[in-house]
Amino acid sequence: MPESVTVAVNGVSVTMPAGSMVSAAILKAGVTTFRRSMSGEPRGPLCGMGICFECRVTIDGEEHSRSCQTVCKDGMDVRTDG
Amino acid sequence: MGKALVIGAGPAGLAAAYRAAQSGLTVTVVDDNPAAGGQIWRGELAKPASREAQAWFEKIRSVDIAFINGARVFQQPRTGTLLAETSEGVIELNYDSLVLATGARERFLPFPGWTLPNVMGAGGLQALVKTGLPIEGKRVVVAGSGPLLLAVAAYLRGRGAEVLLIAEQASQLQLAKFGLGLVGKMSQAFSLKRQLRGVEYLSRCWVIAAHGAGKLESVTLVRGGRRWQVSCDYLACGFHLVPNVELAELLSCVVENGGVKVDQFQQTSVANVYGAGEVTGIGGLDLSLVEGEIAGLAAAGKHDDARGLFPVREQQRKFAKLLNNTFTLRDELRQLPAPETIVCRCEDVTFERLREHHSWRAAKLQTRCGMGPCQGRVCGGAVEFLFGWRAESVRPPVLPVRVESLISSAE
Amino acid sequence: MTANKVCDVVIVGAGIVGAACAAECAREGLSVAIVDAGIVGGGATAAGMGHLVVMDDSEAQFALTRYSQQLWDEVGAELPREVEHDACGTIWIAADDEEVAEAQRKARFYSERGVVVQMLDAQALREAEPSLREGLVGGLRVPGDSVIYPPCAAQFFVDKARARGAEVFLGSAVEAIDTDRVRLRNGTSISAGLIVNSAGSWSPLLTPGLKVRKRKGHLVITDRYPKFLRHQLVELGYLKSAHSLTADSVAFNIQPRKTGQLLIGSSRQFEVNDAGVDPSILRRMLERAVEYLPGLRKLSSLRTWTGFRAATPDKLPLIGPHGEHPRLYLATGHEGLGITTSLGTAKLLVATIMNYEPAIPVAPYLPARLQESLHA
Repeated sequence: MPESVTVAVNGVSVTMPAGSMVSAAILKAGVTTFRRSMSGEPRGPLCGMGICFECRVTIDGEEHSRSCQTVCKDGMDVRTDG
Repeated sequence: MGKALVIGAGPAGLAAAYRAAQSGLTVTVVDDNPAAGGQIWRGELAKPASREAQAWFEKIRSVDIAFINGARVFQQPRTGTLLAETSEGVIELNYDSLVLATGARERFLPFPGWTLPNVMGAGGLQALVKTGLPIEGKRVVVAGSGPLLLAVAAYLRGRGAEVLLIAEQASQLQLAKFGLGLVGKMSQAFSLKRQLRGVEYLSRCWVIAAHGAGKLESVTLVRGGRRWQVSCDYLACGFHLVPNVELAELLSCVVENGGVKVDQFQQTSVANVYGAGEVTGIGGLDLSLVEGEIAGLAAAGKHDDARGLFPVREQQRKFAKLLNNTFTLRDELRQLPAPETIVCRCEDVTFERLREHHSWRAAKLQTRCGMGPCQGRVCGGAVEFLFGWRAESVRPPVLPVRVESLISSAE
Repeated sequence: MTANKVCDVVIVGAGIVGAACAAECAREGLSVAIVDAGIVGGGATAAGMGHLVVMDDSEAQFALTRYSQQLWDEVGAELPREVEHDACGTIWIAADDEEVAEAQRKARFYSERGVVVQMLDAQALREAEPSLREGLVGGLRVPGDSVIYPPCAAQFFVDKARARGAEVFLGSAVEAIDTDRVRLRNGTSISAGLIVNSAGSWSPLLTPGLKVRKRKGHLVITDRYPKFLRHQLVELGYLKSAHSLTADSVAFNIQPRKTGQLLIGSSRQFEVNDAGVDPSILRRMLERAVEYLPGLRKLSSLRTWTGFRAATPDKLPLIGPHGEHPRLYLATGHEGLGITTSLGTAKLLVATIMNYEPAIPVAPYLPARLQESLHA
């Protein structure tokens, strides 16, 4: 198993240790707004364990994916909704 | 006897799985996370961070247990079967006995600015760091309530974070009583103390507001008459824990005082369904482990062996009682939200809108609070504390699933 | 406890129909009491799709839905934000030539009666709703239809009634409707000149012999996908489902909410009293939906729930005097059109109470039309 993986966050490459979650990759890329709330507020991860749904982003085209519960895979395309 | 299904691969689930497998049952453990460990041992399967974790991982490797990771249980189509969704599709899980070890989540209380990015739960920030977030050199305020704050602060510090302070809302007197109760856990407490040397641990202190443009920049703390602002990169804030009882409720298990009710053998009100760990009531790691063991043994019909563990459980329950009494939430925290503070983050429902209603049902229908993706998991703890409202019955899906999963869920 | 009340009208049931009736009665200057065992809008109103739609199942059904829609248009500007009134329109989908013929028949029916409609061929349909599958033959667009969020609409009407002096008793279960009063389970009673039974699927419990049956429905709501749909979409086979008096049936019916969430229906079952979600009905309903919208499969569904419609034998509601009991009026039995026709119902009810000339003929909805059955 490779020691690191590279994902794209809004088109920018981020390299993470193998086994990292997409949420960590997004934050490492310097992006803090994962999505916009109903009233347009910027939001990011809260619970870190998959129950708050604030960390949702589009991963490989699938909208509303919980980034804190998705393991980074080489070549993953991550888009935030900021 | 036959097949045992364990939901949750944290300490309680692992302990139950181990005992059940050791006793000859065919055991499957299902968890939403990519690997076993739950919250406390997240990511430690390959590299345990404590002797306890190491011992338990070795135990489970010594017996035959099937692990299904990345699977979310969402429905019970009939007695003896659960359905779980994975990224590939739907898995049907059949069982003779079921152990619910679904653990707990943090309680979040709303305050002005709490929805800013980089305001997270205490366990929340810890989970992010455990799964790859670089925290070295970042300034972190840890706040809220519970022993988790200390564990989180110590962990973050160990990963290079600058932990500025720990704000615990409990009073010094309450904490002192708890300190005495930690005598049996002295080494744990001692090592934490060492790791946290130099970090202020402030009792009767809490965050009243978070500030920043687009993300967190500082917080305002209050302690008695003193009010001051601290610049920081992250706020790790959670107010103790609440059990994840949703799946148990879906299965019609009786829930009492927010935890799944179990008998002396950890059996719930539903035949062949057991509950172990934080889901039965918050009590810490050691209680979770012994409850798991008892549940696993009972599921395998080994009631005498299970009885042998009752004294340990009894002792741990005393600690749990002390734990929960120590970290009860003070009334002042009900004054934290301003009228325009968002309480339901999924639907952006403010405190003043919720205040207009007299019941959870009316509030839900009129404001849609609790009807978003989290289904009240974040706001539920808050509205219970703020208004005394308890969540109602749970319908499938227990967690959001793809429409196609609901389709494949029936024969 | 002997805290008793006296008023002109007591409305039993604070769903959208009861709420609309209360507001209209209060507007007439009548003193009104509203009573409900639970909260405002907690019954079928909470399970309604909130589709404000004209229907052509019969002249009477058309007249009532059309009249009601005009009333909704009139009140539209006043509705608070939470009611989420959205003039998205409906498209009735034709999957084959037989359904196209049906669409054309509907188009003629509506046009002749002044409802603006637009026939869509296959291409126009795809342009109007790109998420629909290939191979659908066409559709009928009705731009005047709209959608709302019913519980907040019910609350709006309760508030309107309150503003004109109505008293509201929630969490107050009704023990019985007597000749001149409503007796509550808590021991108190409300004496009234008139009593209106608008208790929906519970109405037969309070007025024995009422020909109202419970008809269970399921709903699913998804997460937010704002670009997925623009109109409420209904299959032209919908009426086949609504028509069936016996079998369990499903029909494709989906609505885009202002939030971007998709509300998916619909199912109909008689003789089921259990409010639990039935996975097999849910599956049938969703299978039907993905037949029309394949992309729906991958969308995240958040919640499922059920409700009970109040159905009458001739698919028209009961509005007006009971017939046998001089002080008892009915406003119930709206099946799947309660949200739309709540406003027309309220006006017609007041017309029968005050002996006004109703805006549309009221005879088709009078309870007396089922008199024979009432005696049974």
